[in-house]
Amino acid sequence: MSGFQRFLQNMGQGFLEKVAAFGRGSLFIWSILAAIPSALFRFDLLLKQIYVTGVLSLPIILMAGLFVGMVLSLQGYNILVEFNAEEAVGSMTALSLLRELGPVVGGLLFAGRAGSALTAEIGLMRSTEQISALEMMAVDPLKFIYAPRFLAVIIVLPLLVLIFNALGVFGGYLVSVSWLGVDSGAFWSQMSSQVDWQEDVLNGVIKSVAFGVLIAVIALFQGVNAIPSSEGVSNATTRTVVHASLGILGLDFILTSIMFN
Amino acid sequence: MKKQTKIEIWVGAFVLMSLMALAYLAFQVSNFSGWKDRPTYEVSALFDNIGGLKERAPLKLSGVVIGRITAIEIDPISFKARVHMKIDQAFNQLPVDSSVSILTSGLLGDQYVGLEPGGDEEVLQQGSEIEMTQSAMVLEELIGQFLVKFSESD
Amino acid sequence: MTEKVETLIEIKDLTFSRGERKIFDGITLSIPKGKITAIMGPSGSGKTTLLKLIAGQLPPDSGEVFVEGLNVHQLSRKKLYQLRRKMGMLFQSGALLADLNVFENVAFPLREHTKLPEEVIYALVLMKLQAVGLRGAKEMMPSELSGGMSRRVALARGIALDPEMIFYDEPFVGQDPITKGVLVKLIKTLNESLGLTSVLVSHDVDEVMMIADYICVISEGKLIAEGTKEALLNESTGYVNQFIHGLPDGPVPFHFPNVSYTDDLEGVHTGKRGLK
Repeated sequence: MSGFQRFLQNMGQGFLEKVAAFGRGSLFIWSILAAIPSALFRFDLLLKQIYVTGVLSLPIILMAGLFVGMVLSLQGYNILVEFNAEEAVGSMTALSLLRELGPVVGGLLFAGRAGSALTAEIGLMRSTEQISALEMMAVDPLKFIYAPRFLAVIIVLPLLVLIFNALGVFGGYLVSVSWLGVDSGAFWSQMSSQVDWQEDVLNGVIKSVAFGVLIAVIALFQGVNAIPSSEGVSNATTRTVVHASLGILGLDFILTSIMFN
Repeated sequence: MKKQTKIEIWVGAFVLMSLMALAYLAFQVSNFSGWKDRPTYEVSALFDNIGGLKERAPLKLSGVVIGRITAIEIDPISFKARVHMKIDQAFNQLPVDSSVSILTSGLLGDQYVGLEPGGDEEVLQQGSEIEMTQSAMVLEELIGQFLVKFSESD
Repeated sequence: MTEKVETLIEIKDLTFSRGERKIFDGITLSIPKGKITAIMGPSGSGKTTLLKLIAGQLPPDSGEVFVEGLNVHQLSRKKLYQLRRKMGMLFQSGALLADLNVFENVAFPLREHTKLPEEVIYALVLMKLQAVGLRGAKEMMPSELSGGMSRRVALARGIALDPEMIFYDEPFVGQDPITKGVLVKLIKTLNESLGLTSVLVSHDVDEVMMIADYICVISEGKLIAEGTKEALLNESTGYVNQFIHGLPDGPVPFHFPNVSYTDDLEGVHTGKRGLK
């Protein structure tokens, strides 16, 4: 009986803790959203965060986009050539990039590159009392630290994904037209007849905005709730990457089933 | 302040890059220039069977795309499939007795609607209905007809 | 004391706990204006927490804190931030913003809260840095500074907006004797020249004795002694005596509570690791 009671107690306690954490998280997100208007007035801070999260992520996004596009068209060519349909390699590459791989791979890379850095930075700022110092200097960390970062991530990720997609298509063009000898005219015409501006390009952008919100929320929340020690910060960084990656994949499924059904 | 200038230049370059990427995706990769901004008019047609026709499939005249399928629904009175299509305003001289048929591009390709112009003086306008239609070829029915004929001649 | 002193900060029946542990249990004390008040207590007695409660960074379980007659925990966010402009806080680590150099760190509160022209900011920052003796380090980054130097920069930043009160969180911990001497002198001169109210949280008895006007001793969540330093020095018994004079044994036992040593050796309670 006492064992059962303890089991119930543990379960109840765990549940209450989860509810409390969820409540804290929602409250935190809400207060960041409320601080966004004033963050827009601090254009210098926003610009700096766009630089840190966006411009510094460019090299990895450029490389990855090019290679993903090249691999996609190489594999696609090998399959399609069996059906004598190798002209379709362009549309296949573009569709897979725009609909899925661009937002998802871009989001995963971004979570690893910028999301983890964000968590570590905020965790360290808290453990070195910089956040407390800001509060004491009557500078609201919500407006000065969190909101500009939140906004920057949401702005930056769709831009990075657009660049990723463009480079991916270009990589596909390099492999299939320049290397494998697919006809250039057929490559482009097949692509533009199959790819729809709204359904494929814009939906991909919408996806990346959603992933940006997800990464920003997770990275900031983990940073703020990190235990202020070197181990705590490193654990929080790991959690950001893991949670954000799984979240992206799960959210991608939901969004795909809404958008493309 | 020098650092701030550097940041501004980089962010500017970054935004410019992504806008170029967007333009590339819009004009080179997708059909953005196609049907979004040009004026169109909408007509509809009733088919007995649309086969595998999907929304967004092209409407072709002599092989040239002149419009797109916007919606497919069941007509509540005749229980036939009503296909709505948008035609580019540039092709506004199509005779009202034109006929449409559902065709397949290649042996295994996607289905599209082909338009065969008629000879009437009147032209198709917004809301017109195309009377003469030919349904999609359904492979099972073809085989069925073939088998019936085969057994009759036997 | 015979002179009439004005109270700046008043703490009434303050209770605060972290999880199961009660850190403050009904503390009442008042901090006079224009003096140096030291809050002393052993490590882990929550002295830093007390500063955060006064500054409104943490909400108490019960009780009230009045600063200039305003109840800190009832204030709106906006009012609280207005009040904090009159406060300076020196954190243990300095808490300098890591991506700004020394000059920009000191200039930060000025840039955030005033619209002063660049020349005025430059002059003000140099003046504050001069006061802490680090004008020569204005181009350095926080990561290049020693612990004592970053505390002095943080102090310069803390007084940048000419606050009315300044809180020092363990300013002497982990510093060499020279740096301690520098900090003692700084706290003293700043208090005198700017007419600041200083609240000092520390357990370094010698340094505190050199500069504090009033001393409060906190232990196990309660205020156990309060008075001028002479009064506390003359106390010859009990906890205060042990703390002020740094005696190893007394009301606070040398040993962490445990079963008796012989029982532990023989493994009576644990049933394992016995010597037998």
